Amino acid sequence: MRFVFKTRYDQDIDLAKDGVQQFWYAGLLVALLVAPLFLPDYWLAQLTFVLIYGIVAVGLMLLAGFTGQFSIGHAAFMGVGAYMEAFLAAKGWPLPLSLACAMGLSAAVGVVVGLPALRVKGMYLGIATLSFGFIVEEVFARWESVTGGNTGKPVVNAQLFGWTLDGAAPFYFVCLVCAVAATVMALNLLRSPTGRAFVAVRDSEISAQSMGIHLARYKSMSFAISAALAGLGGALYAHKLQFISPEQFSLVQSIDLLLMVVIGGLGSIHGAFLGAIFLIGMPQLISLGKDFLPPAIAQAAGLQGVIYGAILVAVVMLEPTGMYGRWVKVRTWLELYPFYRRGMFKRQKSFQKSERLK
Amino acid sequence: MLLLQIIVAGIAQGCVYGLIALGFVLIYKATETVNFAQGELMMLGAFCGLAGVTVLGLPLWAAGILAVVAMAVAGLVIERGIIRPVLGQPAFSIVMITFGLGYMARGLVTMIPGIGTDTHSLAAPYKGEVLNVGGLVLAAEQMVIIAATTLLCAGLFALFRYSRIGVAMQASSQNQLAAYYMGIPVQRLNGLVWALAAAVAAVAGVLLAPQTFVHANMGFIGLKAFPAAIVGGFSSLPGAIVGGLLIGLVEAFSGFYLPEGFKDVMPYVVVLVMLAVKPTGLFGGNARKKV
Repeated sequence: MRFVFKTRYDQDIDLAKDGVQQFWYAGLLVALLVAPLFLPDYWLAQLTFVLIYGIVAVGLMLLAGFTGQFSIGHAAFMGVGAYMEAFLAAKGWPLPLSLACAMGLSAAVGVVVGLPALRVKGMYLGIATLSFGFIVEEVFARWESVTGGNTGKPVVNAQLFGWTLDGAAPFYFVCLVCAVAATVMALNLLRSPTGRAFVAVRDSEISAQSMGIHLARYKSMSFAISAALAGLGGALYAHKLQFISPEQFSLVQSIDLLLMVVIGGLGSIHGAFLGAIFLIGMPQLISLGKDFLPPAIAQAAGLQGVIYGAILVAVVMLEPTGMYGRWVKVRTWLELYPFYRRGMFKRQKSFQKSERLK
Repeated sequence: MLLLQIIVAGIAQGCVYGLIALGFVLIYKATETVNFAQGELMMLGAFCGLAGVTVLGLPLWAAGILAVVAMAVAGLVIERGIIRPVLGQPAFSIVMITFGLGYMARGLVTMIPGIGTDTHSLAAPYKGEVLNVGGLVLAAEQMVIIAATTLLCAGLFALFRYSRIGVAMQASSQNQLAAYYMGIPVQRLNGLVWALAAAVAAVAGVLLAPQTFVHANMGFIGLKAFPAAIVGGFSSLPGAIVGGLLIGLVEAFSGFYLPEGFKDVMPYVVVLVMLAVKPTGLFGGNARKKV
């Protein structure tokens, strides 16, 4: 068992609780930095996708996990970022500038979409964002002069100060820098008054409002930041795939993004990356597992959907805090061994919060 | 004449949206959950009807009844096995479960070898026939949809107005706790509501099947029923039907008068406008929650 002996007030909000955590995070960073030396190209590409989806997931986590506003149209923000990036990269803009523009446009769109959030809550908001997602997808498909329509649009390689990022490794480092920056930004945000306000809005809008939190401002801000991160992820995604088309940013993608944060664990930044690993790793696991199944099942097209659906249902029913919640339990068991008690994480029976008039 | 014909086509399509929206509203009123798998329930219902016609060789009406019964049982099982244990968790978790159910339903159907990945047409005896009413050419399929929806709505109205179970359902949807104190078995009623919603979805599926095709992705039409439910007000049963008709008409008119592409988007534009102007919908009560 470890006790953190606090000698400064700042220790309460330190990013890493103690030296041991600092050691492990530094180790993770070093491992990610040297990964291109050891990993074959295929796995490096998968790792790049994990980082890209991780960025989007951090954004969605800020919105869904920390501000409590659910968006069922998040792929649309990704799409806005991706098309903006593809458009600007084709004009020869350098990467940092075009990424900033992609994020800016996504954030602006996010504020607009956040407008209904000021009036409606819960599922109404979900359906508003869902509708927005459909409209944006249709715009991508119809605005052919810019987006190339349903046939899709090829994306040129990223330019960085006269240097073309055409290999897997250089682009991996770009994604790594973006992912680390996004994570540190999110963590810093969450320990600032703004982040605390987000959490307050999530837990109870009424009490947040009565504590002087301007609901409209913080909800719009949350939508803007979340959309900007999704736009950044989308822009990197466009460069990585080198081809974008409207159906990559459809409802299915939006649901995948939600699946990612729910399975990773709502309300934790770790969960965002765990969810990204799940989303990228699961198809690999399924294709590995196919060897052990009878061919009639293994060859079926719907297998992946069934497995995703079953995992989603099982996670919500058995472990609502997701993969990160499970890890916290395992870690506590290890730390306290042999004093872990079964009731330690037992949730109090929560009664349904009703939005009805009583 | 053309105008009338567009209106009839829009109403027929709107009836299907309305029936699916009815399922959303039923479930939302009973359990405060939005069931995103409602379209998939409709798809399963259509496949049940298809199986009844092709495998068992039943006539369409018998296959329809079979589909409705099968889906009602499926609704009961889903409520008992999956939804009831998680009630009380945040609403969004339950929504994610219904997403998961939708994924599973779609995946399982496509896994049926040889059938699941194809599109099928459900042969109806009235398919392709037209009625000529004073120069107005009406497709029989559309008239059947409109007639069946009207009958179903009358039946549901009678159920909620006159039967004991229906009144109990109304009571528990207005105030669960008070209903529980009055001795209404709220949980069992919730199961019945899910069964009812699934049965209504099956009706929609069987009605829609002769007009379009039966395939694994036909459940996505359920997503157009959200605008219907919102426009009507998410907590009003007549609102769902009216919203469905409205969305169907909007779609039919924008498909005819506006450039290509607007047809699929207009329902969502309408819902965004509705949310901005009157979030509670046409028939929803204008109630604010008290602290």
